[in-house]
Amino acid sequence: MLTKKMKLLAWALGACMAAASVHAEKIVLTVATFPDLDRAAKGAVAAWSKQYPQVELKIISLQYADHHTAMTTALATGSGLPDVMALDLRFIGRFAGSGGLEDLSKPPYNGLALKSQFVAYTFAQATSPSGALVAIPTDIGPGTLLYRKDILDKSGVTEADLTRDWASYLAAGKKIKAATGAYLLADAADLRDIAMRSGLKDGEGIYFDKAGKVLVDSPRFVQAFELGLAARKAGLDAKATAWTNEWSAGFKQNRIATQMMGAWLTGHLKNWLAPATEGLWRSAPLPGGLHASYGGSFYAIPAKASHKAAAWDFIRFMTTNKEVQLNSLKVLDSFPALLAAHQDPMMDEPLEFLGGQKARQLWRDTAAKVPAIAVNKYDAMATDVIRDEFEKVLTENKDVKQALADARALIERRARR
Amino acid sequence: MVNTKSIPHVWKMRNLAPYFFIGPFFLLFLVFGVFPLGFSIFLSLHQWDPSAGLSAMRWVGLENYQYALTDPWFQRSLYNTLWFALVSGLPQHLVALPLAYFIHTQVKRGRNLVIGAYFVPYITSSVAIALIFSTLLSKDYGVVNALLAELTRMPLLGTLVPSEPVDWLGNAATTKPAVAFVVFWRYLGWNVVLYMSALQVIDKDLYEAATLDGAKRWQQFVHITVPLLRPMMFFAVTLTIIGNLQLFEEPFILVDVEKGVAQSVMTTAIFMYRLAFSDSDFGTASAVSWLLFAVIAVLTWVNSKLFGQAANNGGQYGAR
Repeated sequence: MLTKKMKLLAWALGACMAAASVHAEKIVLTVATFPDLDRAAKGAVAAWSKQYPQVELKIISLQYADHHTAMTTALATGSGLPDVMALDLRFIGRFAGSGGLEDLSKPPYNGLALKSQFVAYTFAQATSPSGALVAIPTDIGPGTLLYRKDILDKSGVTEADLTRDWASYLAAGKKIKAATGAYLLADAADLRDIAMRSGLKDGEGIYFDKAGKVLVDSPRFVQAFELGLAARKAGLDAKATAWTNEWSAGFKQNRIATQMMGAWLTGHLKNWLAPATEGLWRSAPLPGGLHASYGGSFYAIPAKASHKAAAWDFIRFMTTNKEVQLNSLKVLDSFPALLAAHQDPMMDEPLEFLGGQKARQLWRDTAAKVPAIAVNKYDAMATDVIRDEFEKVLTENKDVKQALADARALIERRARR
Repeated sequence: MVNTKSIPHVWKMRNLAPYFFIGPFFLLFLVFGVFPLGFSIFLSLHQWDPSAGLSAMRWVGLENYQYALTDPWFQRSLYNTLWFALVSGLPQHLVALPLAYFIHTQVKRGRNLVIGAYFVPYITSSVAIALIFSTLLSKDYGVVNALLAELTRMPLLGTLVPSEPVDWLGNAATTKPAVAFVVFWRYLGWNVVLYMSALQVIDKDLYEAATLDGAKRWQQFVHITVPLLRPMMFFAVTLTIIGNLQLFEEPFILVDVEKGVAQSVMTTAIFMYRLAFSDSDFGTASAVSWLLFAVIAVLTWVNSKLFGQAANNGGQYGAR
């Protein structure tokens, strides 16, 4: 018995050593990512190892918040850095200005040569205020208005009523409330969040202009706050913050008629938020001719990464390879940032969840029209401040102008450093 | 004669051995205790965005402290923290003390089970607590609101209960009390156990003597139990002050940071966390942590002035 065990052990040891010697010349490329994006990388492993047999992929996936905290720590100490770092849009701005990431516009990368292959606005999102290209986009979130066709039909409201302009959107909401009791939208903050992007043009920032001047008391913010307040006063929102239990229950129980979000929400609705509502939803452009994007994912290379050449190969493989991009669309419903993928027949497929609507065509058109908005290191902080002041307007009857003036003062105070 | 050389050698080893044994502790303490402490003082005097690397530190002196002290969010967070310390801290003791006395005197069989039941929340994972309470307190689907809705149908009582469902964790007016209740619920058992352990060492003769002198239960509680519990009260209140001023988990997990109302339960510890991990301002975050430490130190000192002296006197007799 013992000898048998020993033999087995020796054999296992030998096998390990043999495997180690085979892998001796192999590079191990570390990719740090987060769910669901990790499924895109994991799904590409087979194709990758066929094309790059000498580079082994080691995919480390942490939860969204943990991942970005771990990356902050790794950049701070310079240790534990991966070769490829997946980043969510929200963190691009913060990491872009720090100098901890490779400038991909410079040789040997010359990443700007790829610019024409991608949806236009994504490169602006990945560019730091000093002009460094810190990441390459992989997926995007074209903004759309998802609505419940059945609820609209019952209320005698058409899609055009929803999308004509904001006033018409709110008027439609009142009709829906009266006819079916359903709320127009989940949270008044959703309306405020999208309306404050009205009229943005290429190169402008949401909260800051190029010179770093705070823009939150400009008319678009005033209008956004007033619209949100009007929705709340008319009882049109379910007061359900996105991603809470109330929010998902609202969808399941047919109490929310519309939701403005990135096109990727369709996948979430289908998979877990409200699978039973299949076929009842439709996708429309955002009201008032607005084009916006929600989120997006990127890949970056830390300045202290050990295998930069292989990392660059991997990033190009994930982002500029049409098959890989289409596979991501297939496995996680993430909308490709690569324009070549937009020309694929997959874009014309009817989506069962949206009642057979060929919605990807709409999302593709939206993506092409989204302005290239400049990011700022303090965008996340400004978002917090705006959210807080808006809450005061809703619940404490704070004056809109006063709230925005306070928000401006606070953002200026925070951003001075 | 043969061993003269080896004896000192053995002695040397013996003398050194304890240091080897205690070494790991000091090593860990230096790395995870002393160093972070010292580094955070150092950090609080700098401006530092960590994603730019260690070389990006810039000396700013006391500016971070001045910045934090004049910051409206810091002031609000301090107010919230003190509010929680008072509203969730005080009832903990006002309930735990009589409860411990009641269990001590009345519950004989299954006492450990009863104490265990009160202690369970203390050792329950905060994630489980968040899940349970956000479900219980849900506006549309929560048991609490369902119960309130039932009550509205009753005569008399119905008029006292709000007729609209209460958005416990979504409305600035109710988030604070809701979170304070969870904190109270979680730490009540801990204080009960503390008071129970103190009650068990009070000399039974004192109660017998008091009974012979004709003292009622209530009089015994007020004149024997409470004075003799003062040392433990001092200890328990000190722990509550420190714990509640560092309050982070409960408000953080119950009220999503993404919600507009998250501000209403933002404690100083949460503010510190957000400065560091949301705004990447580690210098100011360190300064805030030291300011919080100062507040805790002052309040603990005040507490020792209030309770400590008397506690020492009270502890002279009675306890075996």
